Amino acid sequence: MWYLCVFYHRLLDYRKAEVESLAELFGENGDHKGGKLEWKLPLHHHPDSPFHFVDLSSDDIARNIANRSILVKGMYELWGVGSDYEELQESIKTFPEERKSPYLLQGSTFKISVESFGKAISFQEQNERIQGLAYIPFKGQVNLRNPDHKFSLMEAADYGLNNGLPPVAQRTIFFGREVGGADRKLIPTYQLKSRTYLGPTAMDAEMAFLMANQALATPGKLVYDPFVGTGSILVGAAHFGAMTMGADIDIRVVRDGRGPDCNVWSNFKQYGLPPPIALLRADNNLPPWRPGLKEIFDAIICDPPYGVRAGGRKSGGRKLLKGTVAPYTVPDDKRTDHIPSTAAYSLVECVHDLLNLAAKMLVMGGRLVFFYPVLREEDCVFNQFPEHPCFTLISSSEQILSSRYSRVLLTMVKHSSYTKEMAEAAKLKHEEFRENHLKWLEDGNLHSAVFGPTIDPRLTVAGNCNATKDPKPKYRGKYV
Amino acid sequence: MRLLTHNMLSSNIKGVVNGFPLRIEVEKVVEKQVDFNPDFLKNMFSKIEWKPLVDASRAMGYAELPEEAESSMLDSHDFLQRFHHALLELHLEEGALICPETARRFPVNKGIPNLLLHEDEV
Repeated sequence: MWYLCVFYHRLLDYRKAEVESLAELFGENGDHKGGKLEWKLPLHHHPDSPFHFVDLSSDDIARNIANRSILVKGMYELWGVGSDYEELQESIKTFPEERKSPYLLQGSTFKISVESFGKAISFQEQNERIQGLAYIPFKGQVNLRNPDHKFSLMEAADYGLNNGLPPVAQRTIFFGREVGGADRKLIPTYQLKSRTYLGPTAMDAEMAFLMANQALATPGKLVYDPFVGTGSILVGAAHFGAMTMGADIDIRVVRDGRGPDCNVWSNFKQYGLPPPIALLRADNNLPPWRPGLKEIFDAIICDPPYGVRAGGRKSGGRKLLKGTVAPYTVPDDKRTDHIPSTAAYSLVECVHDLLNLAAKMLVMGGRLVFFYPVLREEDCVFNQFPEHPCFTLISSSEQILSSRYSRVLLTMVKHSSYTKEMAEAAKLKHEEFRENHLKWLEDGNLHSAVFGPTIDPRLTVAGNCNATKDPKPKYRGKYV
Repeated sequence: MRLLTHNMLSSNIKGVVNGFPLRIEVEKVVEKQVDFNPDFLKNMFSKIEWKPLVDASRAMGYAELPEEAESSMLDSHDFLQRFHHALLELHLEEGALICPETARRFPVNKGIPNLLLHEDEV
């Protein structure tokens, strides 16, 4: 059955992926998991339009998706659509009577809301539009607070290019019965500005929920974050009922926080969520899991350190790894309070370790959801993501962070178990990937690409006409 | 640190072959209530090493777990309750985990086990 799926107009690249994940979670397609949904656009709408049609098998699934989704505003049973109000009226009249009448009965209560996209409709105009629907034989009572049935009149305006949004080519008016709507209080409740314990790279609440949805977090599942920090990603998973577990190499973050009432635990307590099952200090490069342990996590969600705002660390001193100092033994009397030195942990290595850890520790069908940075350079359309023979990439959604770089949320599903052969194949893949695609990610290159100075193209034009052919600066200093 | 975590961890010092199970040195045990979720427990049961869990729970002062366990016991509510208590509610607040081979002490402070290795152990 086709439903009108109306999105919030944000994070456009994440919208369909989220609905598809939730559809799987709520049992769409039955056993045929991972099947893509069928989508359609209204006539003359741009793919970025907030209005989409999606094929789902029941009202229940549509309602569950809408209630849990972060980016879906509502799912509607479409009663009519038109480019003006006359067309809409014709369209509603031809919608089968037996589909309409159960919702128009005497004794029921209803509410009609008017929404617009691309322009504002004044309160008075809203009222006029609702009154204009008098041809629909509503027999019930109006109840604005708690109606049995909600209807929505949605108007997409015909606006030009000037507001920076992609144009919705034609004025379209939709009228539909709401099957399910979003929980609008969720994000304000969890927003970071009211969170007690924050780190420099705390994940914002909206994104944390999106990640939890991509990871199919539900009660009874165990979700792990190897770079837990202040726990901002796990908060999203815990909200949806999953058991959470986190590790970090920085002991001050996981153990101490900023005091007894401002630490990772308090971030969960603040929202009445069950605290993580475990927090530990461990190195993702040398994970402390017992050798026989495998397939225990249902999902791994994380935001690995890219070295832009925060860099990764791993065990072993920088000088030790380079060989500048000889290996040494920590004297026995200094062992208890010894602070082991750490070295920079490049993103390449980090992602390789992460994929291997996930391949081993995720259950079959488990999901690995993580962010991966991408440089946005005109001549460098980078769409090669890390791969692993145990995983299939099911979605990649880009979020633009600055004119220089963006991050992509990758969702991968584990389809084969981790064996020696797989480990070998993964290593080869990693080597090849490192050779061909990751030069720019090594040793602070990403940092300098993001923060390095650019050459103002106007200056080069004035100075040297030939420079216009090659506007991309050849050299960027390491420091700003 | 809960015993579920203990059951997953081993000492990964370079050269150590059998770093599991880590011996528990108890200074302070607290009990923290966790919502009872039978599905989660059934799910975890197959992944847990039973003997180390029994030993660990004894070390923490809880001796109600049977010496041997098999999946048929998961139908018993009483068993699930005990398993739940041992696995998720016993919490080592202060103490240490000791590597069975090298006797290296991994401290546990404020409930957080510190498994980071020293330079000469990687």
